[in-house]
Amino acid sequence: MNKLDVRGLSCPVPVLRTKKAIDDGATELLIMGSSQVSKENVSKLAASQGFKVNIKVDHKDLWEMEIKK
Amino acid sequence: MNRNKWFILLTGLLIGAFAAILVKMGNPGNMGFCIACFERDIAGTLGLHRAGVVQYMRPEIIGLILGAMFTAMFSGEFKARGGSATLVRFIMGMFMMIGALVFLGCPLRDILRMAGGDYNAVVGFLGFIAGVGGGVYFLKNGFNLGRAEYSHSNVGGYLLPIIFAFFLFLLLKGTIFNPEAGGPLFFSAEGPGSMAAPIGISLGVGLLVGFMAQRTRLCLSGGIRDFILIRDNYLLIGFLGIFVGALVLNIVFGFFKPGFAEQPIAHSMHIWNFLGLFLVGLTATLLGGCPLRQLILSGEGDMDAAAVVVGMIVGAAFCHNFMLAASPAGVGNYGQIACIIGIIVMTWIGFSYREA
Repeated sequence: MNKLDVRGLSCPVPVLRTKKAIDDGATELLIMGSSQVSKENVSKLAASQGFKVNIKVDHKDLWEMEIKK
Repeated sequence: MNRNKWFILLTGLLIGAFAAILVKMGNPGNMGFCIACFERDIAGTLGLHRAGVVQYMRPEIIGLILGAMFTAMFSGEFKARGGSATLVRFIMGMFMMIGALVFLGCPLRDILRMAGGDYNAVVGFLGFIAGVGGGVYFLKNGFNLGRAEYSHSNVGGYLLPIIFAFFLFLLLKGTIFNPEAGGPLFFSAEGPGSMAAPIGISLGVGLLVGFMAQRTRLCLSGGIRDFILIRDNYLLIGFLGIFVGALVLNIVFGFFKPGFAEQPIAHSMHIWNFLGLFLVGLTATLLGGCPLRQLILSGEGDMDAAAVVVGMIVGAAFCHNFMLAASPAGVGNYGQIACIIGIIVMTWIGFSYREA
C-alpha cells in the first residue's frame, strides 16, 4: 500500500496531495497527518471520491488512515 | 445538508447578525466586524502609527483569540506548532494588510459591506475571487510554505493570547503610564476609532464568534478556494450565512442603502477595490486562511498564524505611516504602488515555493 505523509502541512495541501494520489490511480493509500482539520478534510475528500475510510491512529496531534476503493 | 453544514450556516447567520448589532450599538458603519480594520485600530492604540482617527483596542479581536483558545483547549486541539516559513508569513501578513487597507476592509468586512448595499464591495469581491483563483493556481502547481512542527512545549502557543489578555487588562484598567503624552493606549477622539460598541458586548461577541469559528473552521478565502479546487461548498455556506444574517438585520435597522456613493468608510476607485482584495485573496490562499482564520489559528497555538497576525498589525502601522492606506477620498499614489508591489511579491513567493 502506498504511503502519503502530510504531517505538518497546512490546509489545503493535505487534501491536494491526497487528490493527486487518487487522480494518479491509487486505489489504496495509507495517509499520515497531524492536524484535526486535515483529518476531517482528507476523510471528507476520500469519502466523496467513493473510498472507504478507516482511521487507524487517532490522536489529537497525529492520525493515520487507510483509504480503499 | 448534513449537521455540520447546518452548524456553519447558523454560525454565519449569527456572525452577520452580531455584526449588524455591533454597528447598531456603536461600531463604525458596515464594520461590526473587520479583522483588518480592527487590527489597524490596535496598531494605532499601541502608538505604532499616528493616524489619530483609527486608534482603539478593539475587544472583538481579543475575544476572537481568547474564545478560540478556550475552545481549542477544551476540545484538546490546543497544540503549539510552527516553523513553516515564519518570517515569510510575517511579511505576507504585512502585504495582506496593505491589500485590505487599499480596499478598506478584510474579506469579512467585504461581505458586511455587500450586505449593507455597498456596490464597491461587489467590485472588491470579484477581485477577491480572482485573487483566490490565483492562489489556487499556485497550489495546484505544488506551492506550499513547508511543514510546521509540533513543539515539545506549549508555551509558544500561549504567547499571543497572553499578550492580548494583557492588552485587555490595560483597556479595562485604563492606567496612564505617561500623563504628559498619553499611553500606554491611545484613543481616537473622533473618526472610526472613536466609534465602538460597549466593551463588554464587543468582548462577549468576540468570544462567542471565536468559539463558533474554531469549531466550524470558518474561512472566507477557504470557502472560495475549496469550491474552485474540489467543488466543496461547506465553507461557502458560512460565507452565505454571514451575508444573509447581516442583510436581514441591516434592512431591519435601516442600514441598508444600495449604491456606489456615500457608503460608510469606502471609496469608489474600482480598480483599487478590485486589486486590493485581489492581493488579500491571493495572499490568504497562499497562507492557508483569511485574516479571521489566522486569528482563530493563533488562538489554537499556531505560531505561524500568530506571526501573520503580528505581521498584519505591523503592516497596518506601515500603511498609515507610509500613506498607503486608502480613505473615503480614495487610494493615494503610494498605496497604489504598494498594492502592485504586493501582488508582484506574492507571485514571486507563489512561484518560488513550488515543490514537485
